[in-house]
Amino acid sequence: MNEITITIDGKSVQTQEGEFILNAARANGVFIPAICYLTRCSPTLACRICLVEADGKQVYACNAKAKEGMSVITSTSTIEDEKRAIMEVYDVNHPLECGVCDQSGECELQNYTLELAVDSQTYSIPDTFKPVQDWGLIHYDPALCIMCERCITVCKDMIGDGALSTVARGGENIDAAFKESMPKDAYAMWNKLNKSLIAPNAGDTLDCTNCGECTSVCPVGALVGTDYQYSANAWEHQQIPATCAHCSAGCQISYDIKHTSIADPDDKIYRVKNEWNYVSLCGSGRYGYDFQNTNVTKDAAKFDAAIAAFKKADTISFTSTITNEEAMILQRLKEKFGYRLINEEARAFKSFLGSYSAVSGQSLYSGNLKEVHESDFVVSIGSALKTDNPNARFAMNNAISMNKGAGLYFHPINDPVINDMSKNVTQFNHAAMMEEAALYLMLDLFGDKTAMPSEIVSYLATFHSTKTVTIEETIDEKVTETVMKKVLNEETGVEEEVSEEVTKTVKKKVSKEVEVDDNRLYDLLNAPASFADTLTKYLAKKEKFALMVGPDLYSHPNSVNCARLVALIEKYTAFNVTMIPNLSNTLGTALICDLDTSAGSYTIGYNTAGNFTLSALGNGDLDMPAINQQEGTLTSIDKRVNPTNVAVGFGGYTLNDIANALGFNEALTVNYTKQLPVNAGFQAVEFDTLPNYYTNAGEEVRGYVLTSISVTVNGDKSVTAFHESAAMGNGIVYLANPVLQFTPFTAKAHQLKETGGLYASAAFMSANGINEGDRVRVKTAQGEIVVNVIADGKIDGEIPYLPTFDTQINSGALFDGYRFATVSIQKV
Amino acid sequence: MHVEPFTDRNVSEHSAYYYVDIENYPVTGWDKFKQVVKRSLKGELFVGLWVVMREMIKFDIHTVKYPLEKLPIGPRYRAVHKLLRLWESGFERCIGCGLCEKICISDCIRMDTRIDENSRKEVTEYSINLGRCIFCGYCAEVCPELAIVHGGRYENASEQRAHFVIKDDMLTPLDFLTAGQQEEYPGFGAITPHEDERVSKTPLAY
Repeated sequence: MNEITITIDGKSVQTQEGEFILNAARANGVFIPAICYLTRCSPTLACRICLVEADGKQVYACNAKAKEGMSVITSTSTIEDEKRAIMEVYDVNHPLECGVCDQSGECELQNYTLELAVDSQTYSIPDTFKPVQDWGLIHYDPALCIMCERCITVCKDMIGDGALSTVARGGENIDAAFKESMPKDAYAMWNKLNKSLIAPNAGDTLDCTNCGECTSVCPVGALVGTDYQYSANAWEHQQIPATCAHCSAGCQISYDIKHTSIADPDDKIYRVKNEWNYVSLCGSGRYGYDFQNTNVTKDAAKFDAAIAAFKKADTISFTSTITNEEAMILQRLKEKFGYRLINEEARAFKSFLGSYSAVSGQSLYSGNLKEVHESDFVVSIGSALKTDNPNARFAMNNAISMNKGAGLYFHPINDPVINDMSKNVTQFNHAAMMEEAALYLMLDLFGDKTAMPSEIVSYLATFHSTKTVTIEETIDEKVTETVMKKVLNEETGVEEEVSEEVTKTVKKKVSKEVEVDDNRLYDLLNAPASFADTLTKYLAKKEKFALMVGPDLYSHPNSVNCARLVALIEKYTAFNVTMIPNLSNTLGTALICDLDTSAGSYTIGYNTAGNFTLSALGNGDLDMPAINQQEGTLTSIDKRVNPTNVAVGFGGYTLNDIANALGFNEALTVNYTKQLPVNAGFQAVEFDTLPNYYTNAGEEVRGYVLTSISVTVNGDKSVTAFHESAAMGNGIVYLANPVLQFTPFTAKAHQLKETGGLYASAAFMSANGINEGDRVRVKTAQGEIVVNVIADGKIDGEIPYLPTFDTQINSGALFDGYRFATVSIQKV
Repeated sequence: MHVEPFTDRNVSEHSAYYYVDIENYPVTGWDKFKQVVKRSLKGELFVGLWVVMREMIKFDIHTVKYPLEKLPIGPRYRAVHKLLRLWESGFERCIGCGLCEKICISDCIRMDTRIDENSRKEVTEYSINLGRCIFCGYCAEVCPELAIVHGGRYENASEQRAHFVIKDDMLTPLDFLTAGQQEEYPGFGAITPHEDERVSKTPLAY
């Protein structure tokens, strides 16, 4: 794209060619009012308030593209009249309940009504009765709705659920006299507003992944979190800039805090907000905020016991839901006292990264989610995308819907959410263990065969064969027919039959035998019929390719080979590769800690089981602060080190206190921020200097991005063949979490409290004669557990899954590393 | 903005400060003794007492026999707050909008709200910290519902400040209301006369 210069209100502004005028203005500090527009989504043209004059012509700034030398005027008398009339129309019949409305104080209707100085009303229409609707976590009050359709837009273009749409509003038509008397755009906008209302596609309630992004983008109080209703006012909150602690997306959030009540002055988190123009949250981030460890005091006896345990222990076992600084403390403890550090999933990721580096020569993968957002062909391999990293799913959906893109999704479990994204997404529900085949397919389809090592090219050639298929073709054929026609004999006046020859063109179907290339990888991956044709359609005019690989590959028995294949894909195809780390800080932990494979005799568990347990969940021997009670940094999927801050207080001891008692001397945990290993890509900067915000141009100014370090490689690019016989057939179980859950921390939040079980699709339950709520014995080669069956409408196919968020279910013990296991499931 | 001459912090003879003519304090023991004798025997005490004695024998005195008698106070007097009820229904007028909490310049108002069973905003608790309240009247002025007003109760003597400031104490009791004893507040924020004439009405299509 070319850099161009346009003039807005006499101010010279640099922007990209094809950028919307509104975005150019916002990026350069020029204010143009806009209600219905969402950055990163398609313009809706519902509000029409962003009217500007570009080169003497009235256009909407949200969908008019900037051209070189364009001169934009944001205010003329006609535009001002239109804007004023539009705001008056928005105020028609809007309930005057600002005093109790949850949006009051941050309401765009309030703001623009005041901005445009609407102090009297010219228009009117009879109101209709619109009762409030309860959609579970989300509350909808249609009386307050101004039909900007931002909720519909974000749900479709960003989230991918497409769970909302407009329905008929009912009520009377606008008085015809207004058509003549009021400004044109205001009338058109009112006409549209007066026809529709928002409603869930699924009838009375929402059928979606409950991200709540619709409540976040709602400019008025129509869509609010049910739990937040009437509990506080917007202006009372102190906003704590933070990073979401639940998954590796590392979304920027703000914890909105206020005192608990008159009787209890302690801070409480009331809600989570996000910069919805630049970052979209999932439901866990939005509703799973109160996972703090409360009512903790400094218990010296317990602390002494902890120190004694540390002196006795030889192993520290921990999860990746910790900050970089805590990981650094653990690594320092290891260096000083020789503890073994056990974190299986981070170790798997670390070794995957290591194997990848051995081929690619870089310590880190090349891509990030921003590049996925900007790409037009997205592939996901080895990840249950919507639950492993919801933001990666949003990125894939956003790329496909905004950039006219297409996508491929490789995973054994059929995901209806992925199908809902677009018709230009194909799911490959391949057998478990066939992830390598998917990676080989990437190389086969997109790899530069001239540059690739010849062994790989010849290996890929073994999957190809030519086969003769009979195809039906439609051809045009000329047919000559003799038809009898009645002609009136003019002389006699009698009708006579005359034969006449007519030539017609007829479409005819013929079958024809052609030789086509047959790719056996398609069959191995259960590709849909005629996928080769579909792919040709997908790839038309595609320029930016993004590949996301997920945790299924890290724990894969042949993970080394998978990693090498990923590196080759990055090298020999146009794809940039993003790896999805399993948990919030798996990437940081993998880079900071030297992890061991086997535990010793006495283990300290940090948020996990051990002989002595430190726990932020409140169930251990010594209480620790949860991430919303700590300051520190988290490393995200975007390879960014994001700062997070203390939202609620903590009265107990921290890991730093333990480290200090064991001979270290750092006053604060965040003193370790500048000590993070530079040779792993971190920077030696003070925590307090790390920013955490987005600019008006949408630039992410948060922490810093890890530097990818060059690794010396020996040039060995060999990869091994995969074994078709390793494919796991039916009767397997997966290790994943349901929508809204990631860890025990999400399950602790009061809005997301949930008991785990065996999550199964309707297809699985009917095939096995199991009903929801039945108790079943789940048995694998590693062990067995008895759990309840829970129906999950967001998966399809015959593979059920066990969650990791419920500490009561020791699901990890049923799996031998890999996320799939052969299973027998019996009712008890 | 006008700049006050406070920037000159150098207090000297040419500044606006001047010294009061005060005798020097006695320094030696003898001087101190002389001052005590002079003050004790000069009868200065009776200069003041004379006013009391004179008024005592006059009989047409104007002293208010407080606390038996109290002076009437002005309608705009701002003493301890009251929360009023709606005349018709007896419901609390307070809708929990939080404006008083926001405008309070000494930050002494707090309220707890929740959504009640009828999906209305309910103010479960309301408190004013009278130890910090400066009785400025902003809360009454900003209140859109005339719910919080200043009462006339200025006698703030109790074992605890908290006795004045919990919601139950401030709220008009229901029996008071039914007996018609709730007083409207004509002070800050109350509707001024001729308000109807100044408001332009919203057009309604029904």
